[in-house]
Order: sequence, then structure tokens, then C-alpha cells
Amino acid sequence: MKASGFPYVIPMLLLSVAFFATPLAVLVGFSFIGPEGLSLHNYARFLGDAFNYRVLINTAKLGLQTIVSTTLLGVPIALLYWHSGKTARQIIIFLTLIPMLTSNVVRTFAWIVILGRQGPISETFVALGLAERPFSLMSTELGLVMAMCQIDLPLIILPLVAILSRIPVTYTEAAQVSGAGPWRILVTVLLPMMLPGLLAGWILVFASTSASFVTQAVIGGARNVYVPQLIYREVGTLFDWPMASAIAVVLLLSTGILLVAMTMISRHRRLVGHA
Amino acid sequence: MPQASNAAEGRELSVRGLTHSYGGQNAISDISFEIKAGEIVALLGPSGCGKSTVLRAIAGLIQPKSGLIQLGGQDLANVSARARGIGMVFQNYALFPHLTVAENIAYPLACQKVARTERRERVEEMLSLVQLKGFGNRLPRELSGGQQQRVAVARAIAGRPSLLLLDEPFGALDRALRFDLQVELLHLQKTLGITTLIVTHDQEEAQSLAGRLVLMNKGNVEQIDTPMAVYDRPKTLFVNTFIGQANVLHGKVDRLEAEATTIALTNGKALVLPRRLNFTTGSTVTITFRPEDVRLSATPSASALPARLTVSVPLGPTLVHDLLLEDGTNLRASEVRGPSTFIPEPGAQLFAEIDTMRCHAFPSEPEAFRE
Repeated sequence: MKASGFPYVIPMLLLSVAFFATPLAVLVGFSFIGPEGLSLHNYARFLGDAFNYRVLINTAKLGLQTIVSTTLLGVPIALLYWHSGKTARQIIIFLTLIPMLTSNVVRTFAWIVILGRQGPISETFVALGLAERPFSLMSTELGLVMAMCQIDLPLIILPLVAILSRIPVTYTEAAQVSGAGPWRILVTVLLPMMLPGLLAGWILVFASTSASFVTQAVIGGARNVYVPQLIYREVGTLFDWPMASAIAVVLLLSTGILLVAMTMISRHRRLVGHA
Repeated sequence: MPQASNAAEGRELSVRGLTHSYGGQNAISDISFEIKAGEIVALLGPSGCGKSTVLRAIAGLIQPKSGLIQLGGQDLANVSARARGIGMVFQNYALFPHLTVAENIAYPLACQKVARTERRERVEEMLSLVQLKGFGNRLPRELSGGQQQRVAVARAIAGRPSLLLLDEPFGALDRALRFDLQVELLHLQKTLGITTLIVTHDQEEAQSLAGRLVLMNKGNVEQIDTPMAVYDRPKTLFVNTFIGQANVLHGKVDRLEAEATTIALTNGKALVLPRRLNFTTGSTVTITFRPEDVRLSATPSASALPARLTVSVPLGPTLVHDLLLEDGTNLRASEVRGPSTFIPEPGAQLFAEIDTMRCHAFPSEPEAFRE
């Protein structure tokens, strides 16, 4: 008789049920508690408010902006890694990982200094004559996207590096011999082959950005409100835990839908073969 | 038979003094050869001999340290890989996995900014040329190895190159399929008249495809000749042992006469070659001969070497005997097998008569021996 591997999965299964599935079920259950028993009251109230809608859209927008900027920065870095020698590759990986090795709070406070009125960005612009007087990027969406971009860059570079290291140079050579120039090779060969890595990175970046409460709260300030802050307000200020649960479920579902959509794209027959 | 009226104009290729090094060590040094327009030449040698480096230099994928590459009289030194108008089939085909067969074949045409309708016509023409009509919408991974190879060939010639380079094009295919595809490629090449250079380590492949062979070893050209000449008149010991099989005996030139040379073999026997060798008396030489130049008999004679039979293997129409000489040297003999051919028992004491007319003599270089 063939031995089943099931017994070996049991510890992991117990752990998942106890620390992941159960709390999630409790959270979802909580969200249905209304003033008169179980109902969709919380959802109706949350989605019925135009302000909340704007916050949801802003959160998605923040995620998309971060995706675009991390992609624009991450793709060249990943390509640089691909072309580099052994030592340079190690340096690139190390520099990429630094944001992940720093504490979230330290990182966020560093950005307060960088984005502030006396910060290097403002001073450089003034010194170059590009700005008339010092300015602060704190409490702006631009400043927040910049900070998010630094924090989430590894999430897009690492999948790209993983996928690029499996792409042999003969593909670009074949394109070269066929008569393709550098830009054509990038657009018709490298980017399509990198797409599975990009999709993986985009999912990670979006999930990370839309849930990063500390950075959003500190750098975004009171003027830029995102879904995690709404949840925090319900939990910490209004003590309306069922409402907080409902918002959390909405956030989870909207991120989840995006994730499913991207996974479906990555199952496209043109993308499966080389992923 | 698909028409090939718009066949590419094959151009002659000339490589002179090509030298390249990786990290200080010369990978190839002073490689020179010519390919006439429309000719097929194979660059043959063991792996690591630098043949791929030569190919990559011709394709423009590496910048050689020195040397001249001319295609149709034009110096390629300052022509980038994309502008050389060369078609290339890569070792693992390098078909773009995210593009369909038709899109792969159309790739060089898109680079040449060929109009869409013309591109579609050319792709259809290529597909029927490599007998893959109806496969245009498949992805490369949905094809078999042999079909992928044909797509790679179609992509390489779609852009009407004046030179076709093939890097171990049959290496990834199984033996049975290889021969069919070789014949097909040969036919295609003849129809198109395209100048072709094949890099391979497989001597059978090289011999069945190429009109001339460029034999390479350790970054140098050893011999350039037709497959038959390379087999019959090898210029170096390497060529002799690399192409086909060869028995190797060592000895010293003992006596030189007008029409004969006596070699004192290391095993104490003597071998008389019926011609005067270009060596001085006393110089150490290596004598080689093919298995088919050895005749075995059960009775001793003056010039025969005594040998003990290890094993006899029938390989289709031939019978191959492995023997051991008295001093432990291996000897291989082969004969055409007939219905009455006597198959001796292993361990039998036999006498090997060597056809001294067809022996080759090379100066001894102890490090060059293969066995």
C-alpha cells in the first residue's frame, strides 16, 4: 500500500486552522452583528456613505500608483541585475533587501526627515532653482507614494530577479540576430517574458500598499485617508468592532478580487510555459 | 514542392586570423577559412574547442579580439549583429515562448518593417517550406522537438539572410529523427542556395551535411577538407583519431630506404611501411591505421602481429573485433560480415596483418594521445 503523506500535513493544518482560519471566521462573523441581530447592516452603512467610497477608491489609486512607480524603478534594476557579474548581483540584492530589514517605524520616520521642509528633496530643488521656497512633501499623496515605493520595491524586484535568472540570454541573442534593436528586444521579448514576475510583484505591492497603516497614517497625514485608517478609527476611537470587521472584509475582498484577476491573467496560455 | 523563387542570394564568407580570448586565455587563435556562396561547411570539433566562439563572432554576438570577417566582400567588423543579415538557429532553438509559431517566424520580418500582408504571405510560405502548414497558431511548447527545430530554421531563413548559421541544430533530437531532418535541411539549403555554416561535435552529422569540414581542436584549425579527404588523408593525429576510429601504435624510425621505412614498435615488433617517411632515423613516431585496414588470420606470418581476441561484436553488416596485443595495447579490426564469416571465440590467439599501404605516421606528441 502506498503511504499517504497526510499525517505530515496535520501540524501545519492545525496551525493554520487555529491561527488563521479561526480568527478570519471570527472577523467575518463579527461583521454581521448589527443593532438587531445578524444582518448586512454594517456593510450597507459603510457602502452607503459617499466618503467611504472615496476612501476605497483612493486606496486603490494609491496601490496602482505604487505599482506603476515600483515597476518603473524595479524593471531597470532587475535588468541591471541580469546583466551584472556575481559581485554586482550580490550588491544589488543586498541593497534591495535593506528596506525589508529596517523596522517599519524607523523607515517611516526617516521619510519624515527626507520629505520635510528642511529635507534633502526640498533643499535640492531650492538650490537648483527649481522651487522658489522650501516645500514639504509630508501629508501629500506624492510623498506617500515615494515612501511606499521604497518600502515595496523589493516585492517587485525579487520576483523579477527570480524569473530573469531563468531566462537564457539566447532569447535576446536570437532577437538581435533577427534584426531587433534594444527597445524592440525590451518590449517584444524581455517584458513579455518578465510578465509572470511582474504580475506576482504587482499582487504583492498592491496588497502591501493597501494595508500599510503606519506609513499611510504618518506620511499621508489627516488629509489623505485610506481604508486601514477607517478600520483603526472604528476599532480605536469609535469602538465599533462589528463595523471595523465589515470594513476589513471589504478591504480583504477587494484585494482578493484583484489577486484572483491577476492570477487568471497569469494562467493565460502564452504566459504559462515560461513562468 | 513549394516555390522558392524569392530565395536569398547566398554570399561567400571569409574568416581570416580570427582570435578571441576569455579572461586572458585564447579561446580561438588565428582561425581562417572560406565558404563559397551557396556552400555548406561544418565546423567540427570536440566540445570546448572554440567552434561556438567562431560562430558567435560571425553572428556579431561577440567582438573578436582580432581577425577579419567578410560576408560577400563586406567587412563585418563595424556591422552590429542586427544589421548583418544573418539567420541563425540556436542550440536549443531559442523560440520565443510567448509567441506563436507564426509570430516567431514573422519576428525577423517585423524587425525589417515588412508590411503586414507581405509578412503573412512569407510566414505561410515558410510554414509550407518546413512542412508545418496549419501549425501557425500553436505555441512552441505545444510542438515536438523536431517541429520546434523546423520552426527555428523557418525563423532563421524568413528574413532572407545571405548566410545561415546553425549551432548544434540536431543536438537535442533523437537519432532516428535526426537523419530525416538532416536530409530535409540539406534539401532546403539546396533549394534556397543559401551559404550555410553548421557547428557540431557530431562527425556523422557533419559528414552527411557538409561539403567541406573545418576541423577544430583547442582553438585551432587542424584541417579543412572534404569529408572523404579528412577520413582518408588526415593531416594530424587529432584529425585521424577524431574522425572515425583509429588504432594507434608507437615506435621509432629504425631504417630509412628509398621505398620503405622500418619502424621499431615499442612492443619489440617491426612494421615496414612501403614508402619513405619524412622523418630522421631515431625519431619517435605514432603509426595509425583504421580497423578496416587490419586483417586477422589464425596462422602466423612474418609481418603479422600476434594478438588475443577480447570480443567480437556484430554491428549490422560489419563485424568488429577487439584485440589485445602482447604488450597490452588495444587493437580494433573490422570486416564485412558475410554468411560464411568465421566468428572466432574470445581468447583465441590470432595474427593481425596491417595494410601498411594505408598506415599514417605522425610525430609523437605524448600529450596528444587520446588513449
